Amino acid sequence: MRKIKSVSDLERWRETILSKQNQDEVVVSVCGGTGCHAYGCKKVRDEFAKAIKKNGDLEKIRLRFTGCRGFCERGPIVTIQPQGIFYQRVQEKDVPLILSETVEKGKILEDLLYEDAITKRKVTSEKEIPFYKAQNRLVLENNGLIEPTKIEDYIGIGGYQALSKALSQMKPEQIIDEVNASGLRGRGGAGFPTGKKWEDCRNAPGDIKYIICNCDEGDPGAYMDRSLLEGNPHSVLEGMIVGAYAIGGSHGYIYVRHEYPLACKNAETAIQQARKIGLLGKNILGSGFDFDVEIAEGGGAFVCGESTALIASIEGRVGEPRSKQIHTVEQGLWGKPTNINNVETWANVPLIINKGSQWFFSIGTEKSKGTKIFSLVGKVKNTGLVEVPMGITLKKIIFDIGGGQQDGRKIKAVQTGGPSGGCIPASLFDLPVDFDSLTQAGSMMGSGGMIVMDEGTCMVDVAKYFVHFLEEESCGKCLPCREGLKRMGEILDRITEGKGDEEDLSLLEELAEVVADTSLCGLGKTAPNPVLSALRYFRPEFEAHIHQKRCPAGVCTSLIQYSISETDCTGCGACAKVCPTQAIEGEKKKIHLILAEICSKCGSCKDVCKSNAVIVQ
Amino acid sequence: MDLKSVDLIVDKHQEKRTALISILHDVQDRYKYLPEEALKMVASRLRMDINEIYGVATFYKSFSLVPKGKHSVTLCLGTACHVRGGPKILRELKTLLNIEPGQTTPDKQFSFNVVNCLGVCAIGPVMFVDGKFYGEMNSLKAKRVIEKINKNKRKSGVKS
Repeated sequence: MRKIKSVSDLERWRETILSKQNQDEVVVSVCGGTGCHAYGCKKVRDEFAKAIKKNGDLEKIRLRFTGCRGFCERGPIVTIQPQGIFYQRVQEKDVPLILSETVEKGKILEDLLYEDAITKRKVTSEKEIPFYKAQNRLVLENNGLIEPTKIEDYIGIGGYQALSKALSQMKPEQIIDEVNASGLRGRGGAGFPTGKKWEDCRNAPGDIKYIICNCDEGDPGAYMDRSLLEGNPHSVLEGMIVGAYAIGGSHGYIYVRHEYPLACKNAETAIQQARKIGLLGKNILGSGFDFDVEIAEGGGAFVCGESTALIASIEGRVGEPRSKQIHTVEQGLWGKPTNINNVETWANVPLIINKGSQWFFSIGTEKSKGTKIFSLVGKVKNTGLVEVPMGITLKKIIFDIGGGQQDGRKIKAVQTGGPSGGCIPASLFDLPVDFDSLTQAGSMMGSGGMIVMDEGTCMVDVAKYFVHFLEEESCGKCLPCREGLKRMGEILDRITEGKGDEEDLSLLEELAEVVADTSLCGLGKTAPNPVLSALRYFRPEFEAHIHQKRCPAGVCTSLIQYSISETDCTGCGACAKVCPTQAIEGEKKKIHLILAEICSKCGSCKDVCKSNAVIVQ
Repeated sequence: MDLKSVDLIVDKHQEKRTALISILHDVQDRYKYLPEEALKMVASRLRMDINEIYGVATFYKSFSLVPKGKHSVTLCLGTACHVRGGPKILRELKTLLNIEPGQTTPDKQFSFNVVNCLGVCAIGPVMFVDGKFYGEMNSLKAKRVIEKINKNKRKSGVKS
């Protein structure tokens, strides 16, 4: 492949790529996201490749192994274009039929279609599926159209057009003005205006400036950055190059979590491809602008998502945050001005440059513009990645897109913002989802995790979970965070074990205030949020644990008993078979009994009982 | 112990102290853990204090100072996996393997870890065993996964 040395070179290459695409071809796309991988998409893809090679019309069929399509719960997903047919839960055995019936004859295989849970109607195209219908997929859209490891695919859908526009038609200041005018705010959590950050970094004195993409997506329950970097790495890279040109950056890093090996691999491939054809390196598109990017791999520390800790980690040190009296835009990596944005923020940049700030500004609410990707997970029917315009209500996301409750238990809350956020009760589901509304409700948007909780979720247990999470992830530099979280965890342990007393709640609140006020970095400052929001909205649950020694959700093992309902038990014996402590007695076809003194409360009996006869009290 | 690979790894990273984490990742990929001799060698090549390297190696969870077992079992305990029953699976795996998270079985067959999020939240609870993701787990399914490995092990034992 020869080097692309100018804007016209790039356009010529695009024309060549497009001219090679057969207008009559059928595109079979197999989703290669990590969720689909768990369901065996690799085998499905290989089976397609084998069958097409053997019998298929190679000219006519194009097979694509795309990035994450978002509807992970229904994977493996296969789509067929141009008809726009959406098949879900596809297995290897379905491949011959898809090729012979759908691809060859255009016949739709009913069994593989998605069935609307309410109307029971089979749905053929993606756009009609309720999960996708209310979404506005701008950033995620291309994930389904390209193979992430093929730069030609990205160029074919208009990739690097924003870069060529930026380098040939815009001055750096103009780009910053455009990003400022778009109203784009950082998608990593805090929602700082992106244009303002770029401007500050551009204006900071210094000849060397660094550009960093933060893919240390540590918030549990959030995985949109992973899916973007895995599924469309060039869009992130393009955003970074445009940003570097605007800021005056000469070198960039993509900091990727160690837990995301595929993201690392795909980003590395994208960097090498871009470097090879000259979209990274010296004199990009003949503009005289030089910029290069490399990958920095994390080491599995949650705190490294914090900008100063992330910088310490790239520098090869222990990831401890520092005071931010001097911002990283002035003194960051190796003491040089450094601009850090997260993956989703970078991926929005090419869209803004291509379509203009006014277009972006028109989407969303007064202070939160554009779309945001959320990972809708937990106790909800349709789980996966959803991209929605800012300002949409929680209700719409959880019930219209998510399809509501999962297994008959009423939804009671949604957790947003990861360990820095909080739980929002169902009574507030009419709240618009934007940066400010969620903060006012005692939570925050964070990086976009949305974990739905139902009546089977204990809010004291969730608060305890987050405190222990943060206790473990605290870097240990500041005493209030290191010790305060430990003590908060001990109090919550006591409460969930039925040993809590009256004073515990006020002590928790007091400690929470100290930890928030006196910690150095964002981790400690926001650490008490999950506890405080749980206390704010679910205080009666805490009180039930303390006063009645009862866990209303049936989660805290010290406070629950397993028993078998005499009316529902069919005497099948499945429970007795799986019980690890032999605590279940009963003859075949007769009602079984759990011996409370031997029961280890593992819940295996409940998992296997088909007649729902195991009761937790 | 053959430390030639350590030399090559440090060379690859041009003896840069700032590449320490990448160097440790490479060393761990090569030896499956961070052997003390290798760390001493990295320290001398980078002209760093071994204590400093020990600090980095113990701060980041990806690194292990002890050899890992043949099979790696990782359980995700992110929020989504937690609310869908992750802790029950944790109890099951602890009983089954008879070790705590972060430990390796005495016969060096299994290393067991828990992580705070694997980023496959939509199909939680998730287990990651020998490079393969298992979604929608419960304690029973987890038990079957481990039993399958044990069974295969016995089978291959008979063959050899």
